[in-house]
Amino acid sequence: MADEQPAILFRDVTKVFRRANGRGDLLAVDRLSFEVAKGEIVAVLGKTGCGKSTMFNLVAGLIEPTTGTVDVIGHDPFREFEFFRGKIGIIFQGDRLMPWRTALDNVLLGLDILDVERSRSEEIARGWLARLGLSGHENDYPHALSGGMRQRVSIARAFAVEPEILLCDEPFSALDEMTARDLRDEFIRLVQQNRKTAVFVTHVINEAMEIGDRVLVFHRPARIALELHRDRSADDAQRRNIHQQILDVLAVESPAT
Amino acid sequence: MISNPRVIRALQAAASTLVLAILWQIASLFFPHYLFPPLQDVVKRTFDIFVSVPLLIEVMVTAGRIFAGLFGAFLLGALVAIMIGRSPFIESYITPVLVFLQGIPALSWVVIAIIWFHGIEFRIFFIMVLTTLPAFTFQILDAFRSMSKDLFEMTMAFRPRPWTLFRVLILPTIIPGILTAWKVNLGNAARVVVVAELVGATGGVGYQLLRQQQLFDMAGALAWTLQLVLFVLVVQQAIVGLENFLLRYRAVSERAM
Repeated sequence: MADEQPAILFRDVTKVFRRANGRGDLLAVDRLSFEVAKGEIVAVLGKTGCGKSTMFNLVAGLIEPTTGTVDVIGHDPFREFEFFRGKIGIIFQGDRLMPWRTALDNVLLGLDILDVERSRSEEIARGWLARLGLSGHENDYPHALSGGMRQRVSIARAFAVEPEILLCDEPFSALDEMTARDLRDEFIRLVQQNRKTAVFVTHVINEAMEIGDRVLVFHRPARIALELHRDRSADDAQRRNIHQQILDVLAVESPAT
Repeated sequence: MISNPRVIRALQAAASTLVLAILWQIASLFFPHYLFPPLQDVVKRTFDIFVSVPLLIEVMVTAGRIFAGLFGAFLLGALVAIMIGRSPFIESYITPVLVFLQGIPALSWVVIAIIWFHGIEFRIFFIMVLTTLPAFTFQILDAFRSMSKDLFEMTMAFRPRPWTLFRVLILPTIIPGILTAWKVNLGNAARVVVVAELVGATGGVGYQLLRQQQLFDMAGALAWTLQLVLFVLVVQQAIVGLENFLLRYRAVSERAM
């Protein structure tokens, strides 16, 4: 895996936002460099406002870096709009379902945009809804589904296009712990089964430790304060130790904000 | 006991109309018929228009003018709204003009149209478009601007082509605004077309109203007015039916029923 080109590569990336009404600039990401290997799940952890979502939007190509280079599967995600059609799947913090589309039509959205033939796309969408336990809810509108079910639909929507990269922005933060735990397990299973590269943004330490092959702890403005590789054989004591390490890093305020 | 809310609403509307009719009928007993003709006269004259092809054509001519004007204003308004929505530069120039146009009374446009143009149909079309254009533009623009940023970002993550973006996101977002604009402008258009026909046409409901005024025929005036009211009611109901179908995804609280 080491000689392969990384799936995601950040080189000295800085992002500055211009505040409205001329109130100066906001440094959101500061000379950030990291790599994500193909097939790796990286959890990005940090406090609210530390720039996790900005980093996420840079990978998704929704915003452009002020300086530095963002490279996703060897291409610029902001400038090469066409190249990334169907290559990046995103699961957002909220479900972001279109209220005028049924559960099935919401899953079909990406396939529809990618011009997949209707009968084939419907087969794929129904398959994903079934895998996520939503059979029988295909024709329900989002308002008729529970929060957990809606988030499942959004997961199905992201997986249905078979993206190479999966980006998840605190996707389970609005759910109760039991539902979140079920969906986390489901998510890990799906990512591993489908050999996806995933970046999972969260502010929950346990969630990061559970999901990530590697955990990056961010300080504001988005810079890596700690990097941990997950040891699947770690016992409870070692896990508690890692947890404490992360807590200690998060407790220290970023020096230059 | 009737429990269907739609039936209850219909009965309430019928009751208030019935009270109005009774009051009119009582007035017809005490005042000359050229001021308050008996209801049976009004109903008969209304029915006569329905069964007379030449008279019914007069109603159709007015309906055609209303539709032509509204479609013209809608298309032009949508175009202007898109231009404003895409460019703050254009907005800063066009919005003041639209606000200025909004302040000009329909009767002024009638006078201007008569002075400027020869053709009756073009005059009326011009008046209809100019009087309803600002409302269409502002309503479509507002609907466009109310588009969810979250849904926009989610859709853009799939990298849609411009037409697909319009089809899957922009159009469903602005449909409620478009329907509202049609409902509001329909009533306005019906009033304006009568003024335009009254002053500058040789056919249509407005022209027929002018004739009834010259003959001092109140029953005729009411019968022609009723044609226009019925036309507006039928089209409004058609729009409401379309709205109920297109916006069927909306959740309705039991309290609101």
